Amino acid sequence: MENIEQRIKKIVAEQLGVNEAEVKNESSFVNDLGADSLDTVELVMALEEEFECEIPDEQAEKINTVQEAIDYVTANTSAG
Amino acid sequence: MENKIALVTGASRGIGQAIALKLGQLGARVVGTATTGSGVAVINQYLEKAGIQGIGVILNVNDAEQINHTIQIIREKFGEVEILVNNAGITRDNLLVRMKDEEWDEIIETDLKSVFRLSRAVLRAMMKARYGRIINISSVVGAMGNTGQANYAAAKAGIFGFSKSLAREVGSRNITVNCVAPGFIDTDMTRSLADEFQQNLIQHVPLGRLGRPEEVASAVAFLASSAAGYVTGTILHVNGGMYMD
Repeated sequence: MENIEQRIKKIVAEQLGVNEAEVKNESSFVNDLGADSLDTVELVMALEEEFECEIPDEQAEKINTVQEAIDYVTANTSAG
Repeated sequence: MENKIALVTGASRGIGQAIALKLGQLGARVVGTATTGSGVAVINQYLEKAGIQGIGVILNVNDAEQINHTIQIIREKFGEVEILVNNAGITRDNLLVRMKDEEWDEIIETDLKSVFRLSRAVLRAMMKARYGRIINISSVVGAMGNTGQANYAAAKAGIFGFSKSLAREVGSRNITVNCVAPGFIDTDMTRSLADEFQQNLIQHVPLGRLGRPEEVASAVAFLASSAAGYVTGTILHVNGGMYMD
């Protein structure tokens, strides 16, 4: 089983259509990986599905980088 | 639209029924909604008679819970909605000086807010599928205005702005959002108008007659088809020429 970081990076790469190697922990979805606002919503949807959780909008708004996604999932799901 | 899953609100009669039948005849699986059990029975009956795969479901479009439930039923029976036709609508006509808050609110809620709620309810799955067709039934009155229908006109014009905004939001996901704006169509809604008023109306229609529900359904079918893949954010007027954009 892959760890949370690997799973998240894989999802990010898939959703945003970028190379997994480009996806660094500090990467910002919008500024570094070229996501638009709808991409970020879809990304959160994909995370919800992968980790079987619901991410409330006010939390989702704070997830702007790969590391923030890792932190959120680690702190808030059973996967963490 | 072979096997595509279509949801048509307000499908027990009039324009909604014609749309459900048309999409079904073109191969879609059709879920039609009605507010009453007898309406649902009518839908089941005509679908079966036409040999169309589909069902009638009870739905009050003002009820958020029921909307979720309906989507759930469709998911279990068929899958995710791929074509949404927001057709359900009502009128509460009155001259504005006499119009009550309830008459205003009821129309905005039923004719406009329901379009927002239903669209939102199907959008996630459409985004994921990278495919979707949302067709909102507006009205010529939304473009022209009409005495005694300030509430209805406001709701129907609101649908135009809503549809254009959503078309911009989700175009990148291959979801199209369009409006069909019927003129005066021969349905229960227009049959309730006084004869004299009807005659007067027809004088302003270059084609010289009321439209048929099937003629609206054909416009919807085009927008729902793959032939309309590059058409989004537009208003298709079906009004015999009484209003020309």
